[in-house]
Amino acid sequence: MTDTSSREFDHEKVLEQAARWKAEGHGVALATVIETWGSAPRPVGSQLAIRDDAAFIGSVSGGCIEGDVVTRALDAMESGKPEILEYGVSDAKAWEVGLACGGRIRVFVEPVTA
Amino acid sequence: MRSDLLQRLLEDRAAKRPVVLATRLTDGVQKLLYQTDTEGETGLLEAVREALASDKGRVVATSDGEWFLNVFNPPLRLIIVGAVHIAQPLARIGALAGYDVTVVDPRTAFASEDRFPGITLVTDWPDEAMAALAPDTRTAVVTLTHDPKLDDPALQAALRSPCFYIGALGSRKTHGTRRERLLAAGFDEAAFARINGPVGLSIGAKSPAEIAISIMAQITEKLRT
Repeated sequence: MTDTSSREFDHEKVLEQAARWKAEGHGVALATVIETWGSAPRPVGSQLAIRDDAAFIGSVSGGCIEGDVVTRALDAMESGKPEILEYGVSDAKAWEVGLACGGRIRVFVEPVTA
Repeated sequence: MRSDLLQRLLEDRAAKRPVVLATRLTDGVQKLLYQTDTEGETGLLEAVREALASDKGRVVATSDGEWFLNVFNPPLRLIIVGAVHIAQPLARIGALAGYDVTVVDPRTAFASEDRFPGITLVTDWPDEAMAALAPDTRTAVVTLTHDPKLDDPALQAALRSPCFYIGALGSRKTHGTRRERLLAAGFDEAAFARINGPVGLSIGAKSPAEIAISIMAQITEKLRT
């Protein structure tokens, strides 16, 4: 085990993976937690890197909103434009995307451009 | 983010240079900012320095828009003195928790690449090693040798530093004799109280890996609470 390969969840590794995917010719986007209120699962600065085939590494929540963020990230790759997403408490009955923990977060999604 | 900016950010990270990635939320304009930067909007530069000092990202409103500051400080450091059995799982758990781990032991039979694959090893005497490593406020120091000749110089260096955590392996009795030696060496009770001994949270740990977990849990507690 090397020192760096074990750091799967800090943002250094996520960005390195994003750069690697980009160098391999993939479309790549980044999602970053920019603000949190209440009991948000991941702190400000947490990142997710998304590849054009919907593979991803890192996290912006406890897994609650990653699915939706990945979809929006694919849109950002298409449009080439960044976007700010906001998630609040989910209503489990409504199948709405959100955070079960009761927190609220803002996520910045951006394509990695040439 | 532009690829060239991402590349520069990764270079800063590799060089362990503290850096902030600033993103203007209205239009996605991005730049890398450093502690020493003087050119630019004063409010933004001030916020950058605050964000780096507190190690917390934030959104700030300035005269030229709302910016998100993402902080990329160099990793926290864990210095383990004593390449003993407990050091093996502790080095791995420390790396897993995001620490830059260094194991110090002049006994090369202990401090071997075979026993610590991928971990930085220093085989200087602890006093020299600690002087070179210069623990700061983002460093934790743990001594594990049980040998005062090796542990004490490291503990003395740690006590003279602003490191956020000091732990020393050993029973209550060992810790008592350690106290006497450190007081005789000129340290006062307040300084001695910085040393967590017996080391680790009390979770009934027995095996080296369990003891490593209890130590890492205590380091985390000191860091976060």
